[in-house]
Amino acid sequence: MAAWFTRSSGLARLLSRRTTKMASPAIFGSGLGPLSSDPPMPAPGFGASSAGECLRSLRHLGSGKAGEMMSQVDDRCGDQMLDFPGGKVAFVPEMRFLPASPSERINCYRVLDYNGQTFSGSRFPEVGKEVAVKMYSDMITLQVMDTIFYEAQRQGRISFYLTSNGEEAINVASAAALTMDDIVFPQYREPGVLLWRGFTLHEFANQCFGNKLDYGKGRQMPIHYGSNRLNYYTVSSPIATQIPQAVGAAYSLKMDGKKACTITYFGDGASSEGDFHAALNFAAVLEVPVIFFCRNNGWAISTPTTEQFRSDGIVVRGQAYGIDSIRVDGNDALAVYNAVHAAREMAIQECKPIFIEALTYRAGHHSTSDDSTKYRSTDEIEHWRTARDPVSRFRKWVERNGWWSDAAEEEHRGNTRKELLRAILIAERAEKPPLSELFTDVYDHVPSNLHEQEKLLRETIKKHPVEYPSDVPV
Amino acid sequence: MAMALRTIGRRTSFLRRGFSSLSEATKAPTDGKLINLFSAINQALHIALDTDPRSYVFGEDVRFGGVFRCTTGLADKFGRNRVFNTPLCEQGIVGFAIGLAAMGNRAIAEIQFADYIYPAFDQIVNEAAKFRYRSGNEFNCGGLTVRTPYGAVGHGGHYHSQSPESFFCHVPGLKVVIPRSPFQAKGLLLSCIRDPNPVVFFEPKWLYRLAVEEVPQDDYMLPLSEAEVIRQGTDITLVGWGAQLSVLEQACEEAAKEGISCELIDLRTLIPWDKETVEASVRKTGKLLVSHEAPLTGGFGAEISASIAERCFLRLEAPVARICGLDTPFPLVYEQFYMPTKNKILDAIKATVKY
Ligand SMILES: Cc1ncc(C[n+]2csc(CCOP(=O)(O)OP(=O)(O)O)c2C)c(N)n1
Ligand SMILES: [Mg+2]
Repeated sequence: MAAWFTRSSGLARLLSRRTTKMASPAIFGSGLGPLSSDPPMPAPGFGASSAGECLRSLRHLGSGKAGEMMSQVDDRCGDQMLDFPGGKVAFVPEMRFLPASPSERINCYRVLDYNGQTFSGSRFPEVGKEVAVKMYSDMITLQVMDTIFYEAQRQGRISFYLTSNGEEAINVASAAALTMDDIVFPQYREPGVLLWRGFTLHEFANQCFGNKLDYGKGRQMPIHYGSNRLNYYTVSSPIATQIPQAVGAAYSLKMDGKKACTITYFGDGASSEGDFHAALNFAAVLEVPVIFFCRNNGWAISTPTTEQFRSDGIVVRGQAYGIDSIRVDGNDALAVYNAVHAAREMAIQECKPIFIEALTYRAGHHSTSDDSTKYRSTDEIEHWRTARDPVSRFRKWVERNGWWSDAAEEEHRGNTRKELLRAILIAERAEKPPLSELFTDVYDHVPSNLHEQEKLLRETIKKHPVEYPSDVPV
Repeated sequence: MAMALRTIGRRTSFLRRGFSSLSEATKAPTDGKLINLFSAINQALHIALDTDPRSYVFGEDVRFGGVFRCTTGLADKFGRNRVFNTPLCEQGIVGFAIGLAAMGNRAIAEIQFADYIYPAFDQIVNEAAKFRYRSGNEFNCGGLTVRTPYGAVGHGGHYHSQSPESFFCHVPGLKVVIPRSPFQAKGLLLSCIRDPNPVVFFEPKWLYRLAVEEVPQDDYMLPLSEAEVIRQGTDITLVGWGAQLSVLEQACEEAAKEGISCELIDLRTLIPWDKETVEASVRKTGKLLVSHEAPLTGGFGAEISASIAERCFLRLEAPVARICGLDTPFPLVYEQFYMPTKNKILDAIKATVKY
């Protein structure tokens, strides 16, 4: 606003030499903006601007008086351009509204076809044997984890679970393209990132069982993992809150001159929250090294993306906020790897945000509380689970390179299952965190009201011990 | 992360044993069917949509019935223009609802969990609550009702368990209503929807399936801002709302075995609240205990304690007791320790009566 006032007041003085009937700056809200010196100075952000250009832009303000006044001057200006904050804007005589969406959808970057063959012309992926094998085996580990934890929930051994079915490539390949110095702000369907970074099956199991070894001290529901050691901020259930936080963290990396970026993951549903929009705008304006990674999996619980937004997916929003953006095939591990790898380079080297929209499908139910056959067809689910499965597609490529075999597959699945079942058994038997931990970490130190409440609680427990779970040491 | 309710042993058994949510004064309805709380809500929504063509129901995942099944069948019956999914954005849901209500409609908005109402806080507190006052009654959004499930379920952890009612009780211009049972839920929800003021209606999600009682099938309303004495007594007054009422009731029964006669009041509407009923009871008993799941500090129990201390200072024979949630975030594995359980209440009843 201030820019407008500055300009308009200077402009008014200029006009007074040319027109008899003067409009006072009052029509623009006199006295609110700093008055510029005479001759008029371009306001900050405007390149050198002529009076004519200013006038035409003023017309946008829609004041009738200003409009009349301007038409007198307008004729004398032949300029085709408006110098406006953000760059020159061309004038056109036709009135044309931007279409709601371009006639063609934004295309999607892909490296592997459904047979696991690289497209001719695609840049050869930078993934070598060692990385590829780790990527593939972590994808399988994630599958085994999902199957067994899901089953454990069905048996009532853990209270909740949520699978990453169908999004294994996104999880693992994005993680593989980052370094351990890059900071992760997850939603909740990205445990494969942690897995890649070295979170062990025991650590996963301890969190899901909320035992004394869980870093979150049993306070949050299962799947709310977090690890300071692995630069993975703890999952929080409220949707989209992590996105602007990732921007703030990236600002810190920038200020500290670190050669690292932050990455934040979120769903198509999350892109509707205010926090998402705030985050993109902040990142663009503050020029920070953050990768926004949107998992567009078609569904937010029962809500299909057609009832979530009408834009061409989410990638166009990145561009709308002034962020370099790309759409990738989220079920193509190599495409995801390449995109994140390139995004990371750009984000760090040019110190700016990058937006990635990965097209994928939530091939499982939303969570153990959901039955998705209530709102989507089993054919649709089946199609994505088979024909478009990201894991088997990547396997074809790895096998074609001679880096994997049936025997390796069998061995890895078998070992993982065994190790996980053992981890679960141990985690299940482990004690819960002690009662004292109920009161710690609310603040850095336990304040007096909580000391008092702990004392009262301990008296109650003494009186009524049977009422309290026996696996929490008092 | 929506959770369906699972049966929780401790609560279930006692609810099955002795859950009476009707007051002694209210005659058990005769034409009713035994239904649970989410079905009662569903009936109320059916009636609201049926009786007013300018009424709308919307929110996240509402079209397929909602994650707690409260909106089942509504879209099929009333069409997708009147019952619809919204994008995942609570501030959007409430802002949209305010605009809709301001045009003379009944906007019945669902926030999927009370834990997720905070993004809408600005719209509720600065907009809905002040819409009438700031315009000198040129405009109002009285047709607005925000429904949201609140409270513990046994395994909800930080973000599927909160009881945020007291934040909204600090806001002039809003009404806050919390039912304790299916019969209450249906009648109170219809009153909220038809009340010409914005209302936040908290639904005790633990009781969605567990609480079952006879509910008349027809259209009926229960009064707002009227507390209900659901059990007469002489030794101490107990005040609560929502799911906590069943815990309090159980404590009353245990206390009765020890010869203590408790008077139990369901506040039902938290603002503007029925001080008179509570005051009259405390004048009779001389003792007061308030109980809620939300943390003790700054909870609505504090307001009740202060008001009754002001009004009944000379009649009170003991300090007002507050048995509430702890001043911590809602903790998963420590849920039972956190909760204002029957035994905590019972101990406080005895201590207060003996004071
Ligand atoms: C603020 C907020 N509102 C609502 C919810 C309930 N909820 C949990 S997950 C979810 C859908 C999220 O969908 P999306 O972002 O697409 O992620 P996906 O589950 O598909 O991975 C909703 C509505 C929540 N957790 N937080
Ligand atoms: Mg999604």
